[in-house]
Amino acid sequence: MSGATHPMVRFHNLHKSYGRVEVLKGIDLEVAPGQVVALIGRSGSGKSTALRCVNGLERFQAGELHVCGHDLAAEKVDLRKLRQDVGIVFQSYNLFPHLTVEQNVTLAPRKVKGVGSAEARELAREVLAQVGLSDKVQSYPEELSGGQQQRVAIARSLAMHPRLMLFDEVTSALDPELTGEVLRAIERLASNGMTMMLVTHEMAFARSVADQVVFMHQGRVWETGPGDMLLDPQTAELRQFVGNGL
Amino acid sequence: MYEFDFSFLSDYLPDLINGVWLTIGMTVASILPGFLLGTVVAVARLRGGPWAQRIATIYVEAIRNTPLIIQVFWLFFGLASLQVHVGSFAAAVIALVINVGAYTAEIMRAGFQTIPRGQLEAASCLSLSPFQSLVYIEVPQAVERVYPALVSQFVLMMLATSIMSQISAEELTGVAYMIQSFTFRGFEVYLVIAVLYLGLASLLRVVLLGIAEVSFPRRRRLRTPL
Repeated sequence: MSGATHPMVRFHNLHKSYGRVEVLKGIDLEVAPGQVVALIGRSGSGKSTALRCVNGLERFQAGELHVCGHDLAAEKVDLRKLRQDVGIVFQSYNLFPHLTVEQNVTLAPRKVKGVGSAEARELAREVLAQVGLSDKVQSYPEELSGGQQQRVAIARSLAMHPRLMLFDEVTSALDPELTGEVLRAIERLASNGMTMMLVTHEMAFARSVADQVVFMHQGRVWETGPGDMLLDPQTAELRQFVGNGL
Repeated sequence: MYEFDFSFLSDYLPDLINGVWLTIGMTVASILPGFLLGTVVAVARLRGGPWAQRIATIYVEAIRNTPLIIQVFWLFFGLASLQVHVGSFAAAVIALVINVGAYTAEIMRAGFQTIPRGQLEAASCLSLSPFQSLVYIEVPQAVERVYPALVSQFVLMMLATSIMSQISAEELTGVAYMIQSFTFRGFEVYLVIAVLYLGLASLLRVVLLGIAEVSFPRRRRLRTPL
């Protein structure tokens, strides 16, 4: 990581508990602008929780977290401001079913940023083209396949022009074919220089698209390195996790 | 042999028409405020602070467990004895709004609860404020889900305006009572009135379903029935 640029995300010794159960036990992690970071690990390893801390969906008890210049440890962090900088896409799409694809994509820009309706329509066309769905502008979510819905969800986040995108197991609900089309959309974003953090179970994808892979285990960053570290695990836990997956 | 005599229809036509208009007027004036009140109360019960929740619950339970006519009397005669004078139309509408608001609150509460949490999380992650999320995401979907129940509730409310003659609002039932006391043609008069209510109720359903047709374009497109 070059010293000249400030990291876009910086975890420092971050601890988070649900009641008495400590799920994050001191996370240290940095994401530089333009970097793609993949979080991998077993269910319950804390990877989704760590990701959700980044846009304030989860609060933490100790440590520091800075995201796009926002101090998330501060008492009064302005989540609405933070979330204009940080987009997130969920496993379950969470599209608004009563709105068309275009309305889903333009709602936040119009209501939060006050973008005019002609400009919003142009914006929708632009972001939907990025995910290959230009022909679905007037469709309703339930008329689309799971993969298409997930790509709309990506477009909806992009329409706010975030500086950082978070992906929380976005292909876990999709079959392999649909997974492919969603991953290609994410790949295209990555190659356009979008900074992103993604929690994924797609090891081959993590290896090929991520600049940095972070293996989490029992609430800690267990092993981290470039994508190829998956071919040569240093710890027994990662070796076992990767298993014969690759 | 009883001989039917519907001649009152022509003799009292202007009164009947006035009665119909008054019934329609009370109904139309009460639906939107009643809906808004109910929605606000539902939100207070689901999202409000402890006090807002308590007050909303007391309101809903108090109204749903007392007779409408007592609520009307309390408003009309009770307030009059406190030197607050409300006209009979105004008293009727206020009572109807308060009454239907309580029932609407329960219906809307059920509607809000059908919306998956993930959507609210997504709205909040898009920087929409809680109020924007409510207006653009939650209310439209909640209304769509419970629309048939809302329609029934408003039809019931329209039928309930028939007690307003008790505070001398000469709506349809009041007119009927007046005609029958002059003509002693109870059978014919109340038969005609029943048919008029039936017609009004059907009209109200048609209008409300027409509003749904315009308001829920997704249903229109996908041909999903309400």
